[in-house]
Amino acid sequence: MTELSINVNGQSQVVNVDPTTPVLWVLREHLGLTGTKYGCGKAICGSCTIHLNGTPIRACITPVAACTSGKITTIEGLSENNNHPVQKAWVEAQAPQCGYCQSGQIMQAVSLLKNNTNPTREEIKSYLSGNLCRCAAYMRIINAVEIASKIS
Amino acid sequence: MEGQIKSKGISRRKFVGIIGGGVVFLVSAWKLAPNLFLDEEGNQINSSTDFEGQKVTVWVQIHEDDFITIYNPSSEMGQGSMTALAVIIAEELDADWSKVNIEQSSANPSIYGAGWGGRGRSMITVGSRTVSSYYNTLRQAGAQARFVLLTNAAKSLGVSIDELTTEPNKVIHKASNRQMSYGEIAKIVKPMDDVPDIAESKLKKPEDFRLIGKIGPRFDIPSKCNGSAQYAMDIKVTNMVYGVISRSPVYGAKPILLNKSEIINSPGVVNIVELDHGIGLITDTLELALKIKPKLRIEWSTGNKAENFNSFDAYNTYPEIAEQRLSSGNVLSQKGNISNGLKSGLRTYSSDYKNDFVYHAQQEPLNALVSVAADGQSAEAWVGTQAPGNNRNAIAQELGIDPSKVEFHRTYLGGGFGRRSSSDYVVEATKLSNVQKQPVKLVWTREDDLQYGMFRPQSLQRMEASVDNSNNIIGWKHIIVGTGNNLLGSGAKPQFYSIPNLHVEVRNINHGVRTKHWRGVGHGANKFAIESFVDEIASDLSIDPLEFRLKLMKDSPRAQNVLRTVAERANWQSPSANGRAKGIAFAERSRSLAACVCELSVDKDSGRIIVHKIWATLDAGVVVQPDNAIAQMEGAILMGMSSILKESITFRNGQVEQSNFDDYNILRMDEVPDSLEVHIIPSKVRPTGIGESGVPIIGGAIANAFATLTGKRLKHIPFTPTKVKLVLES
Ligand code: FES
Ligand code: FES
Repeated sequence: MTELSINVNGQSQVVNVDPTTPVLWVLREHLGLTGTKYGCGKAICGSCTIHLNGTPIRACITPVAACTSGKITTIEGLSENNNHPVQKAWVEAQAPQCGYCQSGQIMQAVSLLKNNTNPTREEIKSYLSGNLCRCAAYMRIINAVEIASKIS
Repeated sequence: MEGQIKSKGISRRKFVGIIGGGVVFLVSAWKLAPNLFLDEEGNQINSSTDFEGQKVTVWVQIHEDDFITIYNPSSEMGQGSMTALAVIIAEELDADWSKVNIEQSSANPSIYGAGWGGRGRSMITVGSRTVSSYYNTLRQAGAQARFVLLTNAAKSLGVSIDELTTEPNKVIHKASNRQMSYGEIAKIVKPMDDVPDIAESKLKKPEDFRLIGKIGPRFDIPSKCNGSAQYAMDIKVTNMVYGVISRSPVYGAKPILLNKSEIINSPGVVNIVELDHGIGLITDTLELALKIKPKLRIEWSTGNKAENFNSFDAYNTYPEIAEQRLSSGNVLSQKGNISNGLKSGLRTYSSDYKNDFVYHAQQEPLNALVSVAADGQSAEAWVGTQAPGNNRNAIAQELGIDPSKVEFHRTYLGGGFGRRSSSDYVVEATKLSNVQKQPVKLVWTREDDLQYGMFRPQSLQRMEASVDNSNNIIGWKHIIVGTGNNLLGSGAKPQFYSIPNLHVEVRNINHGVRTKHWRGVGHGANKFAIESFVDEIASDLSIDPLEFRLKLMKDSPRAQNVLRTVAERANWQSPSANGRAKGIAFAERSRSLAACVCELSVDKDSGRIIVHKIWATLDAGVVVQPDNAIAQMEGAILMGMSSILKESITFRNGQVEQSNFDDYNILRMDEVPDSLEVHIIPSKVRPTGIGESGVPIIGGAIANAFATLTGKRLKHIPFTPTKVKLVLES
């Protein structure tokens, strides 16, 4: 066990964990930030997508020790009132079904739109193709990204 | 608290009155004595008695601040029924939708269950039947609650009830230009001894609906966009420890743990629980459980039925079973004289179709949090489940206590698709907690979830048909051979096709592996076979497959309409661009009718099928939430497409060969069509099921489009690139 300090959603947090622990479990089980989800544990499904210094990473395979010098953003840190343009677009498009994949989808989409404010459909599909949605709410997720690109 | 599920049960202090045997109407409460609360027989409930276990029906609570709470009995797994059911109540109650809040009801089937199929009340969200099975009950509940409001307002205003009308959240007395809000009435409402059933004729006419068919947004969606929606995986309680289980690689194998002392002495390990089907490990943290789990050295017993099972080899044994003359199976449907029917045709056809096992792959792996009290005489549980009633009973049974001693909290489900209608994972968590007498959160890894899965069964479909000289199908025989008993048969009866001589039969073989309902159950495989076969015959007769089906549907104008509409929307008659072709299919599921056209092309080098466009129609009676119904169709069609193009579970020596999403592929975003249009057929008849209707229509549409494009037929799902290339080269 090691005492580590990480910055999550603008706040500095101290956790006492094995430094090899995937940051996913640190966020969920130690810090109570359960919006980030476990889906595969192997960087295949994207449910655990968070941002480290603004770049999307898969929290399930990223050791917490690799996050100590950066800034982590989770779905909870995206906005205070569910009013990030991507979140608003998600509600407008009624994108989620079970919702379990959606934090990851949203975090991935936020990062797409930061780099590419007006993505084509093909660009959306390709940038989000690492995020599985078993409910297959894909048509609406694509639609939501398109709406977000218009309002952001 | 928008979109949050509150896990608190309903406190009996909140009750004000009981209405007949039906709805209990709740109002702001605390100032009224709890003993006003009566059970279904009208007996007073002792204030010391827990609400759980009482025979009452409680759907709606009106607060003094004019807000309304509606209790949701269904499992919300993305299908949207928690909103739909509330819409049904709110419609008859004439509620202001913006003031409605939805909370989970308690997991008590005797209160919140729906009676269906003569099996008594149950709380189980399966078979797309939530809205249809609660529709009448909840309209009545809403109408009765409105009646109570009207009665109380009439008394307060000193007028006759007949002079009153309602507008959303308001009772209006037009003659004197007075009104009372529902909140105001809640302040003065008196419990009523009896509330009559509201006659069907007094319920709203579909043309007067303000909410049904109109409300778009789902209640749960905002919370699913900011991480606040609570799934069982997210629940944490004080003093909680974590559990994982290493389960039999071959179903039925029993474990012996070889390094018990080494494991139990590792720091952070709390306990080891030896189960029949695996070794449970309880630890302080989840990360530790996951780290230590692979270090368990387990010897598994041998000699189990499943261990000789190789799924591909099994296919070789199926044709022989399909050929056996005598009916050795379970006949699902029989009409006319099948042997005469088949013999007297001008042309006869025979074709075999196959489908591999498929896995639910719900995005949230199974998990459950159970806390057994120190004395073992009560328990509390937090579960994302399709079957809360059964789960609660299963926990009680495991502990040898009465179900009323189990406080059961329902959370959102990160997908269900049939997997979460079982109790296995809940019983496991109970066993761990019962040993530990501490809250244990049992987590299945993705690998656990897949490898110890219960699958949609593998099967062979032997189709035979004969056609007379007017191109009518006069004989139809469908033999299904596979493992999974009743799961194999659903959807096999071609009930909307008029065929005089018919025989449909399931021949089950027990391979010793686990099978389960998977969205649409047998419909996925059976409708793929039926719709492919119909096209094979039409193509041999050089008849347009749309025309051929319309003729088969001659006794069902409703089915014809569904099919004709999709053909129109897809411009069926106009040819596709070069290198593309369209296919059509029809299926019924949960009493709804649906049809699909898809347009695809094939990348001949890679063997990849590219679906460009999908059109679908659905006739599901009155649709409570049309936008959500469309979302369900989209999701089900694409999930179906995933199973048709990609998904396969295989067994070797009884072991599942796949383990995670890298070797069990499901549809990804870059594979979805450019457009997917769903059209809902307007209707005034009672609602039928929607959630699964998209699954059975896509397989046939894809196979048929492929055949039109290439002249070759794909008969074994999934249509992986490798298989497609083999078929193209054949
Ligand atoms: S859980 Fe991290 S990618 Fe699947
Ligand atoms: S909404 Fe259920 S997995 Fe995406």
